[in-house]
Amino acid sequence: MSKHHITATVNGEAVEFLCETQATLLDVLRDELGLTGAKEGCGSGDCGACSVMLNGRLVCSCLVLGCEVDGHSIDTIEGVAEGAVLHPLQQVFLEEAALQCGICTPGIIVAAKALLEKNTDPSEEEIRYWLAGNLCRCTGYDKIIRAVQKAATVMREA
Amino acid sequence: MGNEENQYKVIGTRPIRPDGVDKVTGRAAFGADFSLPGTIVGRVLRSPHAHARIKSIDAKLALALPGVRAMVTGADFPELPDEITAGGEAPVNFRDVSHNVMARAKALYEGHAVAAVAATTAAIAEQALALIKVEYEVLPHVIDVRDAAADGAPVLHETMFTSGVEPAPKKPSNVAGRTEMGLGNVEEGFAAADVTVEREYTTQAVHQGYIEPHACVASVTTDGQATVWSTSQGQFMVREFCSRLLGMDRAAIRVVPSEIGGGFGGKTTVYLEPLAIALAKKSGKPVKMVMTRDEVFRATGPTSGASMKVKLGAKRDGTLTAGDMTLYYQAGAFAGGPAMLGCMTGFAPYALTNARAVGYDVVSNRPKAAAYRAPGAPMAAFAVESAMDELAQKLGMDPIELRLKNAAKKGTRAIYGVKFPEIGFVETLEAAKKHPHYSAPLGPNQARGVASGFWFNIGGQSSAAVHVNEDGTAEVVTGNPDIGGSRASMAMMAAEVLGIEYSKVKPTVGDTGQIGYSFLTGGSRVTFATGKAVCEAAQATVNELRARAAKLWECPIEDVEWKDGAAHPVGGQTDTRTVLSLAELAESAAKTGGPISGAVGINAAGAGAGFGTQICDVEIDPETGKVTVLRYTVVQDVGRAIHPAYVEGQLQGGAVQGIGWALNEEYVYDGNGRLDNPGFLDYRMPVASDLPMIDTVMIEVPNPGHPFGVRGVGETPIVPPLAAVANAVSRAAKVRLADLPISPPRLLAALDGK
Ligand code: FES
Ligand code: FES
Repeated sequence: MSKHHITATVNGEAVEFLCETQATLLDVLRDELGLTGAKEGCGSGDCGACSVMLNGRLVCSCLVLGCEVDGHSIDTIEGVAEGAVLHPLQQVFLEEAALQCGICTPGIIVAAKALLEKNTDPSEEEIRYWLAGNLCRCTGYDKIIRAVQKAATVMREA
Repeated sequence: MGNEENQYKVIGTRPIRPDGVDKVTGRAAFGADFSLPGTIVGRVLRSPHAHARIKSIDAKLALALPGVRAMVTGADFPELPDEITAGGEAPVNFRDVSHNVMARAKALYEGHAVAAVAATTAAIAEQALALIKVEYEVLPHVIDVRDAAADGAPVLHETMFTSGVEPAPKKPSNVAGRTEMGLGNVEEGFAAADVTVEREYTTQAVHQGYIEPHACVASVTTDGQATVWSTSQGQFMVREFCSRLLGMDRAAIRVVPSEIGGGFGGKTTVYLEPLAIALAKKSGKPVKMVMTRDEVFRATGPTSGASMKVKLGAKRDGTLTAGDMTLYYQAGAFAGGPAMLGCMTGFAPYALTNARAVGYDVVSNRPKAAAYRAPGAPMAAFAVESAMDELAQKLGMDPIELRLKNAAKKGTRAIYGVKFPEIGFVETLEAAKKHPHYSAPLGPNQARGVASGFWFNIGGQSSAAVHVNEDGTAEVVTGNPDIGGSRASMAMMAAEVLGIEYSKVKPTVGDTGQIGYSFLTGGSRVTFATGKAVCEAAQATVNELRARAAKLWECPIEDVEWKDGAAHPVGGQTDTRTVLSLAELAESAAKTGGPISGAVGINAAGAGAGFGTQICDVEIDPETGKVTVLRYTVVQDVGRAIHPAYVEGQLQGGAVQGIGWALNEEYVYDGNGRLDNPGFLDYRMPVASDLPMIDTVMIEVPNPGHPFGVRGVGETPIVPPLAAVANAVSRAAKVRLADLPISPPRLLAALDGK
């Protein structure tokens, strides 16, 4: 079975990789490109731990095939901070203790960032529904929702 | 309450956790994130049958497939004696663990491992699994706990004779054991009651639901030295279990813990690690194994479903006269469900002088139950706390008043024999009663439920080492995986004792070669027991620092006291002896005797019991049967919150897991004993849009057994919510909901049947 040669942009940089037909974008990110920030919690689109942006749209990378991203642009958790400067969401998640084990955190930050980019002042309900596809088993979501609210304020005031 | 008068500099503050930046940037390495050069992939073949004899396994075709490097079956693992050894949160039968990680003569549940292969790619490993020919003789199976305990049920283990009954049975059965404990005389107690309530309750098996599947990498050198990188609640647990299952010395196995993406008790045992070591040995290659979510559901965890009966008797003024409970808990395919823990904990919040608890540990064709946060307690508490609510309704009493009237206090004897020391149960009830939530108005179809809960919390063996660095910063090394921010609290306690800033202390979770034995992360023990070890190691370091100052000052050590991170002369010598900071002492260490460290190994006793009370408001939709949780408050005695934000997080997370247990989560089996919902779509854990904010009230009744008063906090919060939710729904629906989960069809049926 021969592999496919794919070129794409990941976190603003051109990459190329060889990809088996059945490999998901998540497999490619983790196994070929060494970007293990996106996690596989289910492989079926139900937990959001694998969230990334594909051409500016939030997707579960476990539901996208590696071959499908040829010529497209992907942004992952690894590209959210600008060098050593954390994104406000990252900073606030730390300050508000919005993570316990942290396995859901990359996916939640990617998803929350996508929300705040389209809606700078979401209500609690909007945040809860937007993040309904991101499971967190540790926190009960309280501190996550508060952190997103606070990050929205920080970003509006910036 | 809170830290209004915090006498500490670091304890009680909310600094950023030391591992935090890596976790928000995606850099933290969890179980599946690690690989070695040349790593090959291991996969497990699992039984499609709930109960089947394995007649033969033919692997010729699989082994001939290019890229396949090794295969193991039950024949590759030594047979161990059928005996109970202390370990985990409960005693362990390593023969059963061995048979659970790899089936021998019989597959005992759908998903039971039958063989494992290692191949150069995942795709080849999958292909190889499909080529293994297993000949099964399918046997009758049993899933329900009462069916399994009944006469004539298909028997899983021909060698299982119920323990704890006289005379010992002559016929094997699925009832592994019966436990009974009691106080006073239950019959007399009920005879003295003005009012009684009695009811049967059921709960379903639920999974711990950690988002990170089990994962590991194992590498074995040609001289038999193994290294395992894995996600677990205890690197020393993994080492011990692998050592026993594979007949290897502890010293021949080094276990390096990864970051752990949730465990909740479910990672207190092994599934993959022994297989990965065996495959790595056979293939000569590092082997990586990662479970799919489907495998996690079918073959790991869950906790027991239960079938229970509870009877309570009380005087007209609410004073309890007697309590009686009978619990049937699912153990899964092997003995050892937490029925005894249910018996011990169910009545613990109340001062009962006449009480009896009988528990049955019942095997059936389900995955072996694993610990889940306060193992065994939430189910019994669901039954008892529902009965308390029903009793309050019958008596026309406020449910908190009824609990206050009977609340366990210092000196109350629990059913399992101990007399409680300082506990804060009454304080949680009073705080709940005073909380604005408790008197907030309710609308139509809305109601409020209250429930309490208890968990022992444990101590146990822990090691800790503190090293003073040359520049006056410090290292703290412990042997417990950090599952929810414990590195922060270890660093905080060390900083407090050393008298230096939190940011100058670097905490590390050591691998099995870097720190002494430490019992696993579980039983809400780490901040208590490992924290105590850290305090003692830091204190030993302080004593060494004082000795160094004494040397420089040429005085006895008694003349040196440690304050604010520096050595101060005691009494009158201040003119000739200038204060020496930790950093100055560190710099001169070479002159005063070499590196400065403190290391201890302790067996911590005195874990303080944890009590909590929770308030839940719900609204029910009589048209659809949907329950909405409107407001939720968790009140708990936490002893002393080292890092209050992470304590709140434990309270919130535990409560929400309990809400899921009460409303949505359950293992659903088809007629063939196959799991129908092995994924997050159909096994419905709470999502953000299901929930309100979870308010917390931390009561601080310090535990005298810990230098800063810490009690374990992680497990108690999952004990009350099952009944808190059910009591609220029962009051809103005006009919008692005694079977969990209270899914929409079940609530509709209850409303229709009224
Ligand atoms: S791994 Fe993609 S949604 Fe769970
Ligand atoms: S912090 Fe553990 S799953 Fe969210």
